[in-house]
Amino acid sequence: MNHFLLAAALILSASAAMACETVTIGDLTVEHAWSKATIGAGRPGVFYVEITNTGSTDDALVGIATPAAGMPMLHETVVQDGIASMPHAMSIPVPAGQSVQLSPGGYHGMLMGLTNALKEGDSFPVTLSFEKAGEVTVNVDVLSLRAEGPDCADAGQ
Amino acid sequence: MRLRSLQIILWVAATAAVLAFAAVRWWPATDDTQAAASVFTPAFALADSEGRIRTTEEFRGKFLLVFFGFTSCPDVCPTTLSEVAQVMDDLGSDAGSAQPVFISIDPERDRRLGLADYTKAFHPAILGLAGSEAETQAAAASFKIFYEREADTASQGGYTMAHSPGLYLIGPDGAWLRQFTYGTPAAEILSDLQSRL
Ligand SMILES: [Cu+2]
Repeated sequence: MNHFLLAAALILSASAAMACETVTIGDLTVEHAWSKATIGAGRPGVFYVEITNTGSTDDALVGIATPAAGMPMLHETVVQDGIASMPHAMSIPVPAGQSVQLSPGGYHGMLMGLTNALKEGDSFPVTLSFEKAGEVTVNVDVLSLRAEGPDCADAGQ
Repeated sequence: MRLRSLQIILWVAATAAVLAFAAVRWWPATDDTQAAASVFTPAFALADSEGRIRTTEEFRGKFLLVFFGFTSCPDVCPTTLSEVAQVMDDLGSDAGSAQPVFISIDPERDRRLGLADYTKAFHPAILGLAGSEAETQAAAASFKIFYEREADTASQGGYTMAHSPGLYLIGPDGAWLRQFTYGTPAAEILSDLQSRL
């Protein structure tokens, strides 16, 4: 499932435009996959993406896998009564006809056990597993630590 | 009799003026209702990355922008630190009148991972502090904030932290001014600060 050589090649061939790529699987469109640079590999990284379900059947993101991290996991940042915590998200609903965003302050992929520090300009693959649509791999751009998201021409649609 | 009623009227007028001034002074600056009524002076005494104890007293005369967080926090913490970095950039020549401070609520691990490397990556002006557990609890209590270590076997190191993600503004006299709730845009923080300079 993990093509490590391909993964290594992808990490080396960083392209700034990858976050703006759109990948589709069935009725799902996956785009704007990005991450933030990390200071060293000892702290977890993060993964953000936008998923649109153009079909008429609800789906759900149930897991992520990547050669970039030993323990990738889905989390949701919750601010409740003024306290922020980030419990695991067993699955992230992608309802029919709707878009869901993994974005700062909400759902995110938590990349624990990083293989290497994530450097701005790098990219790495993440395979998303959906309950119904199955698996799809996207290339994730590593943006700066201060980035708020990828700068795509079609962003904000 | 005349004089006394005049005195009363003057006193009432003076009191009203003071109240009006206080309302104008404090009301627009405070969006957090629980902080609105309280005037207090938060304090910390915590080690920086070189082991020197830094205290709130040494920053009198400057505005302090204080954030509690931990460096193994890739989602919430970078958002606030990025905003603080943006504010420092945008303050331009006024940057010297504000000191941003990042207080680790996971001090032992953050010292090991390197606190200065982390804060500098956002902005060189941000001062990272990591004290002992007791000093950190004292600082949090004086800011009236909450943090807690949560056991989590699926997390790196077996635990994660829950914490108040706000950004706190302390005045040049050391008094608490307000909280910026999580997600307040940098531009809003900047214009609030500029209105006080
Ligand atoms: Cu997380």
